[in-house]
Amino acid sequence: MNQISIPRDDEGAKLGMWIFIFTEILLFGGLFLVYAVMRQRNPDDFHHASQQLNTFIGALNTVVLLASSMSIAMSISAVQKKDKRMATILISITLLCAVIFLVNKYFEWGHKISISLYPGTDLMKELSHGYVLFFSLYFFMTGLHMLHLVVGAVILIVALVKVRMGLINEGSYMLLENGALYWHLVDLIWIFLFPLLYLVT
Amino acid sequence: MSENTHLHEEPSYLVDTGKRKGILAWLTTIDHKRIALLYLWSIMVFFIVGGILGETMRTELYKPGQQFYGPQTYNAIFTLHGLIMIFLIVIPGLTVVFGNFVMPIMIGANDVAFPRLNLFTWYLYILGAAIVVVSQFTGDGPPDTGWTFYAPYSTQTPLLPWAIYATAWIQILATPVIGITLLMIIAERTFHIGFFDPALGGDPVLYQHLFWIYSHPAVYIMILPAMGVITEIIPTFCQKQIYGYKAIAISSLAIAGVGYFVWGHHMFTSGMSKEAIWLFSILTFLVAVPSAIKVFNWVATMYKGSIDLKPPLLYAIAFIFLFMIGGFTGLVQGALATDIQVHDTAFIVAHFHYIIFGGVGFAFLGAIHYWYPKMFGRMYSNRIANIAWGFLFAGFNLLYFPQFIIGLEGMPRRYFDYLPQFTTAQQISTWGGYILAIGMIIMIVNLFRKKGEKATANPWGGKTLEWTLPSPPPMENFTTPPVVPEKPYNYD
Repeated sequence: MNQISIPRDDEGAKLGMWIFIFTEILLFGGLFLVYAVMRQRNPDDFHHASQQLNTFIGALNTVVLLASSMSIAMSISAVQKKDKRMATILISITLLCAVIFLVNKYFEWGHKISISLYPGTDLMKELSHGYVLFFSLYFFMTGLHMLHLVVGAVILIVALVKVRMGLINEGSYMLLENGALYWHLVDLIWIFLFPLLYLVT
Repeated sequence: MSENTHLHEEPSYLVDTGKRKGILAWLTTIDHKRIALLYLWSIMVFFIVGGILGETMRTELYKPGQQFYGPQTYNAIFTLHGLIMIFLIVIPGLTVVFGNFVMPIMIGANDVAFPRLNLFTWYLYILGAAIVVVSQFTGDGPPDTGWTFYAPYSTQTPLLPWAIYATAWIQILATPVIGITLLMIIAERTFHIGFFDPALGGDPVLYQHLFWIYSHPAVYIMILPAMGVITEIIPTFCQKQIYGYKAIAISSLAIAGVGYFVWGHHMFTSGMSKEAIWLFSILTFLVAVPSAIKVFNWVATMYKGSIDLKPPLLYAIAFIFLFMIGGFTGLVQGALATDIQVHDTAFIVAHFHYIIFGGVGFAFLGAIHYWYPKMFGRMYSNRIANIAWGFLFAGFNLLYFPQFIIGLEGMPRRYFDYLPQFTTAQQISTWGGYILAIGMIIMIVNLFRKKGEKATANPWGGKTLEWTLPSPPPMENFTTPPVVPEKPYNYD
């Protein structure tokens, strides 16, 4: 290869991740802006539509994600303390939480779809605009969040394999740390989505 | 000059030294200098395409009525011209070419922080460009909507890195907004989710807001690196310390900061509350202040300097002149009362091109003439470069200045046809367009002849770090981290 070697730069990698997280927040920021405008224009429809959501599943998923964030943060400490077994368990717990979240979402979305509460159905055409906009935003925001969750989980699976192979160790754990940072972002966005969609009525 | 005069015996970055040779070595390179050239070549190809499209529009407008293509084609061509020029050339242009090539060297680094990511962006850029081109030939013919689609504090660092730094922040802050907007458009098209389409319950003005929340800061993504380039050229060719180092650095950041909050001035006529108009108007006037500070500093730097009118300085002076005209006519639109008169007229077209072409474009040409010896290790003919500059400067003003006048008289923008009283001005414009094209051809031929003598390490007597390296630089910029004992621009 016609190039010089790249020296390892953990500080740079971490700064890069933080800047990326910054752009992710602004990405969702655009959606929050649209949400705010549409909510302000259709307060009654948004109130009634949000009552269709299952607050229990939403709250459960919030707890699941908070727990997953805790276990992934602990896994870094485990790696730093050279405890490979504990790190494996903790990353696996985070991944398990991701699966639980997705299963809950599957039932939630499945229910909405079974009663035709999604954009483009005949039922939606009869409902008022605000109602339609709420469910459009609901599917778009939670869908985009789910996409981020899946990407985060894939990064953590790679990290898990590397921990097992000893490639992530107490001397070099940047991938795990950045993966965990990203995972916290996924958690954080949900912390905002949950009240906006489920609780504010 | 700093003490760091290495005498590398290593081959230059233009020579393949690795396993791969030729085009493959270039397509897999992660060297910032080579990636800069990849961008330079791609941008040049797109510029030629975009330029030819523009010239056909000028030819079509030579006389009232249809000359050789109809209104639908005209709409498609100005859309494609805008798309290519804005998104493929002017927004990335200076940052990806000179930000990539010069900035790491100026701060004494061997490469950018993420070299692989750097190469990856070039592939994304080419992919995006390919999609732009393909989309012209699919669906119900090309789009015809126009490019907007309505529905570390150190005093040792030169000032170009400051400008690039401010630009990077705007890119980080603004680009995700256009990203989510485009995602919403895709969702609207595929899943009939009503965000912006009134038929689906959406709000088209909301789209305009989101579009300009990105696209106005994007104007500063274009102009800030251009200002950075001018700030490098002027002290070198006046052999004088830059006047007001801190003021220039801070004004870059101020433009980035305030520029983020002025998007509403694109929408004064789209329906907005009086308070919002007042606020956006005052912010727009405010953002002119740091720009003016820069202009005063450049002129003050030239005062009593030993001015050497080489081609890069000619471009820099043209930049100041054209940017001032573009800037002042921008304020005409920043004030609500006058904006109503000039909104959607040729006045906007003229203002826009004075900033984008007269500003960013001339800065880009100045930058090429300034760093060309460093990039390719050869000199070009100064005499021919000066002649090309003369054609470009004269052609540019003939092309765009008449548009100010007929704009004020009521010639709308984006119109394929016009009333007979605008004919003379439109013909002057068209001739200007041809003179500009001639200048462009002379300039490109001059740079491509490759007949010039070998460039020394520091042909212009510059004081920044890139001039301490051989021309062209070796693959590894600095074998040992450079020591910079003096402030930059220390000519006294």
